[in-house]
Amino acid sequence: MKYAGLLVMPAGFLLTLTALVLFTDSTERLAFVVCGLAVVAMGLVVAVRGHMPARGATRP
Amino acid sequence: MISSVSTASLPMIPVPAMSDAVFALTLVLLLLAPLAIAGVALINTGLGRSRSAAQALLGNVTLIAVAAIAFAVVGASFAGTLGTAQASIHAAGKTWGVLGLGPFLLHGLDAATPQAQLALLFEFLGIAMAAMIPWGSGADRLRLPGGCAVTAVLAAIVFPLVAHWIWGGGFLAQLGANFGLGAGFLDAGGAATVHLLGGISALAVVWIAGPRRGKFPREGLSTALPGHNAVYVLFGCLLALVGWLAWNAAGAVIWLHAPLAALPGTAINTLLSAAAALVTSFSVTRIRFGKPDASLCANGWLAGLVTSTACAALATPLESIFAGVVAGILTPLLVELLEIALSIDDPSGAIIVHGASGLWGLVAAGIFSWQAGQLTAQLVGIAALLGVILPLVYLLFALLNRVVAFRVDPDGERIGMDLHELGGGAYPEFVIHRDESYR
Repeated sequence: MKYAGLLVMPAGFLLTLTALVLFTDSTERLAFVVCGLAVVAMGLVVAVRGHMPARGATRP
Repeated sequence: MISSVSTASLPMIPVPAMSDAVFALTLVLLLLAPLAIAGVALINTGLGRSRSAAQALLGNVTLIAVAAIAFAVVGASFAGTLGTAQASIHAAGKTWGVLGLGPFLLHGLDAATPQAQLALLFEFLGIAMAAMIPWGSGADRLRLPGGCAVTAVLAAIVFPLVAHWIWGGGFLAQLGANFGLGAGFLDAGGAATVHLLGGISALAVVWIAGPRRGKFPREGLSTALPGHNAVYVLFGCLLALVGWLAWNAAGAVIWLHAPLAALPGTAINTLLSAAAALVTSFSVTRIRFGKPDASLCANGWLAGLVTSTACAALATPLESIFAGVVAGILTPLLVELLEIALSIDDPSGAIIVHGASGLWGLVAAGIFSWQAGQLTAQLVGIAALLGVILPLVYLLFALLNRVVAFRVDPDGERIGMDLHELGGGAYPEFVIHRDESYR
């Protein structure tokens, strides 16, 4: 799961770049860039969850 | 969409000529800036355990040495500070600068402009600071060879990549010229290049090395493993303030071409941001725990300084206070969230103090600069660091961990990093008691 999260994060960054190329209106650009950041954040959450030790698992 | 990948000359950005007086003042400021590094080193050491104190401080010094050599040999070339060529991608009718292609081994330093030489010195200090951030997070279990390997990768590859994007005329610096987004991505003091990158690296190191032994027992809440010397931590905060005042002022001259008349304001904003963050952290911990927590207050102070690196040169005093207040509220709450809810063991709190506060500072700089499109440019830069650099750093560190193990063996962690790695403790007169917190 942690690798899935880390793979989703670059997709979010590419969305922000796409926003710059596709839109000229500043509001639309900002909205789309925020959406890209949300995808990055989603990937980060998945990566964090993937790294959390399971409850009851053997820990160092 | 991508038409070609090529090497090209950097776009010419008009840089005002620097007078001798401005050069001399900026150089003096940069010679004071290492006090910020010294302060962070003391804070890292104080927040670790007494059985690892000498290894922690020796590690900080060693990492600065490794970072300086790796950056001089390879990194400065990729940062592109001294050169005029870069590897770029031509896509959607624009040129996206990706990597500098300057001369290796600082060749051509003598012939560089005064501005470029100061920029290079600033980058040396930046990588020294960035290298110490993951070291603080990996305290008490990160081996010195592992820390050196992490630093070498950061200084030779990752930091130069980010520095070129932001300071070397790369695609983030060109967002203003290419897409009309304000003045492009603004990072006058290194909030992204130094602190957010350091926070990201700290997160990757902590994920790979795992928590300290006994930190998260099989049952119950996480175990508190408090820092061993609050005096080091709080004196480190004072030392860091002096360095940060100089650091932010030098950054404003070098990267924003600020006039000398703007420097007192930058220093005042730096102080106000740290002060507001400390007062807020003090209040939050007083409300949460009944008494103010010294280490969280120190974290709040440092978070305010980190926030100021992004926005001190751009904001008004009132805006700086607001930025500090937000950093001061978020820091203790996020440190607690990271430890209790997310099971991330970060002894120095660097992931929040440098990573989250740097990120907030960059957003605040976008809001406070009041230029059309500046906030969008800042958000694109943040997306680049989180979306590209975090996975890249994690991948590089995971591969590195297979070659040079980051984590010490359980026996070494039990007796302490000082005895295990150095053969002697930082406090030889003290009796080290058995750790009762292991369950």
